[in-house]
Amino acid sequence: MTKFTNIRSKVIVIPNRNIDTDQIIPARFLKVTDKNGLGDALFSDWRYANDGTTNPDFVLNQKQNQGSQILLTGDNFGCGSSREHAPWALTAWGIRAVISTSFADIFRNNALKNALLPIEVSSDIHQSLFDLLDENNKSEISIDLASQTLTASNNINIEFPIDKFAKKCLLTGVDQLGYILSYQDLIKSYEAL
Amino acid sequence: MASNQQTLFEKIWKSHIVSEEPDCPAIVYIDLHLVHEVTSPQAFTGLRKRGIKVRRPDLTLATMDHSIPTTPLSIPIADDQAAQQLDHLAKNCKDFDIQLYGMDSPRRGIVHVIGPELGRTQPGMTIVCGDSHTSTHGAFGALAFGIGTSEVEHVLASQCLLQYQPKTFEVNVNGQMELGVSAKDIILSLISTIGIGGGTGHVFEYTGTAIKSLNMEERMTICNMSIEGGARAGMIAPDDTTFEYLAGREYSPKGKEWDKSLERWRKLPTDEGATYDQSINIDASSLEPMITFGTNPGMGVKITDRIPDPAKLTDLHARQNLENSLEYMQLKPGQSLINQPIDVVFVGSCTNGRISDLRLAANLLKDRHIAEDVRMLVVPGSQEIKSQAESEGLHNIFTNAGAEWREAGCSMCIAMNGDEVESGQYAVSTSNRNFEGRQGKGARTFLASPLTAAASALNGKITDVRKIL
Ligand code: SF4
Repeated sequence: MTKFTNIRSKVIVIPNRNIDTDQIIPARFLKVTDKNGLGDALFSDWRYANDGTTNPDFVLNQKQNQGSQILLTGDNFGCGSSREHAPWALTAWGIRAVISTSFADIFRNNALKNALLPIEVSSDIHQSLFDLLDENNKSEISIDLASQTLTASNNINIEFPIDKFAKKCLLTGVDQLGYILSYQDLIKSYEAL
Repeated sequence: MASNQQTLFEKIWKSHIVSEEPDCPAIVYIDLHLVHEVTSPQAFTGLRKRGIKVRRPDLTLATMDHSIPTTPLSIPIADDQAAQQLDHLAKNCKDFDIQLYGMDSPRRGIVHVIGPELGRTQPGMTIVCGDSHTSTHGAFGALAFGIGTSEVEHVLASQCLLQYQPKTFEVNVNGQMELGVSAKDIILSLISTIGIGGGTGHVFEYTGTAIKSLNMEERMTICNMSIEGGARAGMIAPDDTTFEYLAGREYSPKGKEWDKSLERWRKLPTDEGATYDQSINIDASSLEPMITFGTNPGMGVKITDRIPDPAKLTDLHARQNLENSLEYMQLKPGQSLINQPIDVVFVGSCTNGRISDLRLAANLLKDRHIAEDVRMLVVPGSQEIKSQAESEGLHNIFTNAGAEWREAGCSMCIAMNGDEVESGQYAVSTSNRNFEGRQGKGARTFLASPLTAAASALNGKITDVRKIL
């Protein structure tokens, strides 16, 4: 697995709640047989009109947001289907961390396996981040995984939660399948029960 | 004290732990792994890269459902990418020795329909699939949940998964449903109450007299949509209804094995006095047919209720969300959904594409014709259901009524195979998701039961089925 390195970046804001994986990447893009090249399909139905032209109002299409690595979004991000294509599309576009008050379970698991960091914050902090970016959309946020801190310019400096195992995997690039396979003997004895 | 008393979930969880260490997720053993064409190719690529085999092909089974056309097999697949994906699955199953219910198999169908149909889904099992509606199998008293493609690779390679123990959430449903109200209405009502994130981090267990009285297909409808309430899994304790369904199925245990299994299965139900982390009560007698009006399954109302008004919401984000949904749906606050004109009706999917669903819809359509300009698509959940329906003459009822009768598959539930609702059209659908674009870009979906769907097809407008029963 790719390691997670610290980020300092401008932030893309999509305030909608309950953004489901069908919005992150519509099902018609799931006919691929590899993981690559899904960046163009990210938020496709919001990014492009029916005739395929770009929607200039959508944040992903705005010049100042190109190169941003952090997405700030509404509650319950990533609900719906189990498609890992969602984190593949987000990371292919360049997103490396998503900030919300909550994440759907399968999305969180999938994200963590792709070095995409789901950062869960309280509603208060969530609101202050929206306020900050409302005032100045050039504001940057820094994320340091080792110390689990998120820092923004308006005196926000918080510690975010992440389970120890996921953190270790992200920091050192642990191969999770390799980890499971190191328990072969126990798996065998379980099967023999 | 209550410490020895366990819930159904806890019993299955504990008995499947291979290893558990502090600060790490548990290594959980998986009894059945279901595979389909969409979420598996990259996992097989991963195995090839590492040069490893599938650890337990005997505990793995594959089918083709998501991108498969529902037109007759004789018509070649028009979509090259879909054809390629299906070929990939066929090759992967061959190379890795996995049993595949492929294109021309009479047992093929939606993965969550054929698992139970074949008797592969059994009480007490851990079951996973790269698909969020794996929760369906929980209807048999199994712990079944959806996983991502990386995890599909983990299970193929090791038959195990890394998981943290989820919390438990009892959904206790009592009382008798009115005629015209069905299992779909129970689950839509639950989700509209707790919201689509309400069950996050939890496993639902559905209990109560109303659940006990449901048949297996109805139980599957309910467990299927657990994920729409945010719970990865939903479960129902196995009982005689479960055992009767399983008896004699192709892969159900036979003879002495059956007796032994029964003995084990009977010990699974939650012990009296065991506790859940959360619970909710639903009075089934107060339920009405449900219909969604918005762009997630939690945005549903009783069919006689009106669409909520965003102006009445104090939370800014919630208001904005509702406004966005109504804008997408082109519906007005305070509007009644009854008599809302519709263009398409879809009866099918792993939620409501089983034989009992088709029978309900057919009963209403018998000797009647659907509205002039409505397109109605009836898609059986499996080829087995298709032949059963045809042996009962249901296909004739559907086609005589003006509906299209198709081959099995996911079809318009996910609109990957060319079966789509056009942009701007309204559809009443028996599937499980009304997300923006789910049934085709710009498509507007109302989720409802097969009864509501068929009644609405007849009138060309959203209809309270109780009025025509
Ligand atoms: S019918 Fe719909 S929900 Fe069920 S497996 Fe197919 S696409 Fe998923």
